[in-house]
Amino acid sequence: MRLPWREGLGVAPFFVFAALFLIVPTVSLLVGAFQDKDGGFTLDNIVRLWQPSILNSYKLSIEISVASALAGALAGFVLALAALRGGLPGWVRPTLMTFSGVASNFAGVPLAFAFMATLGRLGFVTLALRGLGVDIYAAGFNLFTFSGLTLTYCYFQIPLMTLVMAPAIEGLKREWSEAAETLGASHLQYWRMVALPVLWPSLAGAALLLFANAFGAVATAYALTGSFLNITPILLYAQIRGDVLHDPNLGYALALGMLVITGASNLGYLALRARSDRWLR
Amino acid sequence: MTRGRILAWGIMLAGTLYYLAPLIATFEFSLRMKRGVYSFEAYRVVFSNNQFQDAFLYSVVQALATIVVGAAIVAPTAYFVRLRLPRLRGLVEFITLLPLVVPAIVLVFGYIKLFSSSSYLPLTSTSLGADALLMFGYVALSLPYMYRAVDSSLSTIDVRTLTEAAESLGAGTATILLRVILPNIRSGILSGAFVSFAIVIGEFTFASLLDRPAFGPYLQLIGASRAYEPSALAMMAFALTWGCMGLMQAFSGGAHQTAKR
Repeated sequence: MRLPWREGLGVAPFFVFAALFLIVPTVSLLVGAFQDKDGGFTLDNIVRLWQPSILNSYKLSIEISVASALAGALAGFVLALAALRGGLPGWVRPTLMTFSGVASNFAGVPLAFAFMATLGRLGFVTLALRGLGVDIYAAGFNLFTFSGLTLTYCYFQIPLMTLVMAPAIEGLKREWSEAAETLGASHLQYWRMVALPVLWPSLAGAALLLFANAFGAVATAYALTGSFLNITPILLYAQIRGDVLHDPNLGYALALGMLVITGASNLGYLALRARSDRWLR
Repeated sequence: MTRGRILAWGIMLAGTLYYLAPLIATFEFSLRMKRGVYSFEAYRVVFSNNQFQDAFLYSVVQALATIVVGAAIVAPTAYFVRLRLPRLRGLVEFITLLPLVVPAIVLVFGYIKLFSSSSYLPLTSTSLGADALLMFGYVALSLPYMYRAVDSSLSTIDVRTLTEAAESLGAGTATILLRVILPNIRSGILSGAFVSFAIVIGEFTFASLLDRPAFGPYLQLIGASRAYEPSALAMMAFALTWGCMGLMQAFSGGAHQTAKR
């Protein structure tokens, strides 16, 4: 395709930027993952990802991401449903949407601080519950472990789900529920046989988006647990800081593994969204 | 119906509790620095700290540079794609989605490998180079939001007619972009700018790994060493995010109103 020079000049900065600061750095890591110390081709780095410490970090990361994606998807969907289809006053919906926009962007280090003040050993809620005779730490809860990190991630996962699902829920046409009612369907039957099958691709896609969102997060986990929890982003952070794996190329392979996982879940999200768009126009 | 409404209220109540509890707890904790009495002492200590001022100022400057450079890269591209190069739309949209697919930590790892002191473009070996690298990284992180905001703003105006009118009056491309298109998509650029600001101001991963004295790494350091100040800083960060997102929605809402008129 021949580019007229004026248009070419207009879009050139964008493509130069994309090449220098998005594509080449990423590709350079991918190449590094398949190189040995002297730059020769090897699959050894990929094979060595299967050592227990690295494998466990992927496993833990996936578990936390799945847990926070499922919990966030369920809670975010139910909240959106209640606000949009629950017959509540008109101000509820815009309030929830605005707050979700803020909360889904409230992540990283400040979020970790907020949860420490809430559910840390001396946190507000921890002490309040203890006052009521419920000692969550004695019951095995700890903010700096799996359950604590999952609960913290939910603070940005739930609102993201609400934001992503709101258009899909609004796309449910009133005629469908009226038609189902005319044909004698109960409320439950309408949801089971009409609404959920239509919403299903959006729900699954959004859950994949949430999964990728949690899988790449570093700052919240690092500020909350330091290097206490061996999740992949934290391991990669330590590797970049101080080469804890004692092998740069193995570090590139670790990054490649993360990219494959977030890439696959994002592709799944896009494919499912394309499917759901057919119904919800 | 009534039972459904009670259920809906119950769900909203539970959601409100979950969302508000950390905010209330953090605020309460931030007031407890002076023993036995609620005070804003923690805020005073934070704001009067030189390190805080330096780190915050650094991140504000980074955010402003990110917004200017991001808008300068995105606006002409979105304009030309809409007007003359519709065939590039798919590719451009794909590129703008990349920062959501590639985790920030992977991207910054790529920067460190590619722009190290032994490379062709050794940005990380000078302080100014590393500042610039961080800024370009932030432009990348905010690219999806800036592009979407500018592009949806462009869709509300008649780009073709405006361009042709300006051309027939003898305006060149630069004049058209700066004096005709830009004023008309101001609301889009502003709403993209506020999201960019919210992303950049407390960002941790890029700044920490590129060793820049930004607000995010400062926050982390304070969190590891102090008791009450982190809560005060978290409240401040939340207020900033709230302000940015509120202004963003105000401006993107404004765009829709203009379109209807």
